[in-house]
Amino acid sequence: MRKNQVAVVGAAETTELGIIPNASQLQLHADAALNAIADAGLKLSDIDGFATAVETPQQVCHYLGIKPTWVDGTSVGGCSFMLHVRHAAAAIEAGLCKTVLITHAESGKSMIGKLPRSIPADSLNGQFEAPYGVYGPPSMFPIPVLRFMKTYGITHEQLASVAVVQREWAAKNPRAMMKDPITVADVLNSRMIAYPFRLLQCCLVTDGGGALILTSADRAKDFPRKPVYIMGTGESVETPMVSQMETFNSSRAFKTAGPLAFKEAGIAHKDVDHLMIYDAFAHLPLFGLGDLGFMPYEETGKFIADGNTRPGGKLPLNTNGGGLSYMHSGMYGMYALQESVRQMRGIAPAQVPNAKISVCHGVGGMFAASGTIVFTNER
Amino acid sequence: MAEPQRARPKPTPETQHFWDGTKAGELRLQRCDACAHVYFPPRPFCPSCASRKVSIFKASGKGFLYSYVINHRPAAPGFTPPYAIAVVELDEGPRMMSNIIDCPQTPEALELDMKLEVAFEKLDDKITLPVFRPAKG
Repeated sequence: MRKNQVAVVGAAETTELGIIPNASQLQLHADAALNAIADAGLKLSDIDGFATAVETPQQVCHYLGIKPTWVDGTSVGGCSFMLHVRHAAAAIEAGLCKTVLITHAESGKSMIGKLPRSIPADSLNGQFEAPYGVYGPPSMFPIPVLRFMKTYGITHEQLASVAVVQREWAAKNPRAMMKDPITVADVLNSRMIAYPFRLLQCCLVTDGGGALILTSADRAKDFPRKPVYIMGTGESVETPMVSQMETFNSSRAFKTAGPLAFKEAGIAHKDVDHLMIYDAFAHLPLFGLGDLGFMPYEETGKFIADGNTRPGGKLPLNTNGGGLSYMHSGMYGMYALQESVRQMRGIAPAQVPNAKISVCHGVGGMFAASGTIVFTNER
Repeated sequence: MAEPQRARPKPTPETQHFWDGTKAGELRLQRCDACAHVYFPPRPFCPSCASRKVSIFKASGKGFLYSYVINHRPAAPGFTPPYAIAVVELDEGPRMMSNIIDCPQTPEALELDMKLEVAFEKLDDKITLPVFRPAKG
């Protein structure tokens, strides 16, 4: 795909984030969509392409009153929206549609109008993982951590520092769920969830949503907001069974999606001003820094513990506070994208001065899937 | 009300041989007749070279502890926390999720790379689960 041919011209989250007891999941989709449409200065009838995950495109399109000529229901977990951005950019370039709306919403905390997740007993996960006591992401996502730590000499304190640094970013963000400062000791003394991870190393559980609007870069200059260009994209999947990953020392999906996006954008790591790495749990930024090639895996824990990713550090990472402190409805990828767009527009609560290139890296379904988007505000 | 039970696998035509094996006290894997790749979970073709000529064989049941978590909360039905959810690397190559029995469920006792051997835990007349214990000697 050619770089900078498609731009984000509308971006918004739900009016409220956190605990939203007065709206169903479907209504949260609509709330985010209507906010993004207003942000772009568009009418609903201008939308001719639509993508969403978990909920079906037909469900959300009908509820909103959208009549699309292109839809994408790719649903591979929390990074689905990175894949939607990539697919939408390709569709716009191919002339299949002109203006794409991507929505995410989840009543992750209040559970209103949310389909229950279940694992069929005759699926491979149901036969070969569920009988051993896996029960939700906290019992599955951290399974590779101990091997990763042993291979690369990563310490518990370094993994705790991920949560500490992200809380520093969250403190600057009025919409962040958790803003009080924490220390490494606080993290290591918080309640055990699934050893080696404690409560403060696990994502929040909240309600909310977000939406993006994409169109061609040529049209983007006529919109009210500063366009944010899609500079590079990548995606991949590996396995829905965490036990069947090729290795626990890296993520194959990360190592495929990340470099694809860098190559397409034609950038080097030193060009990256701002970075988002989907942090459902505290190990993901370490996997991301290594798999995306920022540094050897052995250095990732020390890099974060030494403060390089905190406010004022040389590689600002997860500047909204991340899934650990900002919000996490269950499929966090949309909020990482929203923060990248805010940073490129120059309107983030914790704005990185003069940031021109933002890399937004997502993970889905434990390590099942990955999507990476490189954004820029210069064409 | 009955006690909540741990999740029961339901075999499919492609996995029935595996569950027949555990019931008979064997851990069965598959090997590709064309490229010799050994793989898991079961399927009637080789995920490495796509050959449909594959054989089922009895694995050694030996392996080592590749990684794990000790789950505290929330606990799955039928489990009493804390309990370890482990991934075992078999001597034949494939990895599988399992539980570690006859061993304290603590970071001190559960050492990465410790040698393990298969054991079988009968859940009911249809399903026997392969689990692992520290290898003797």
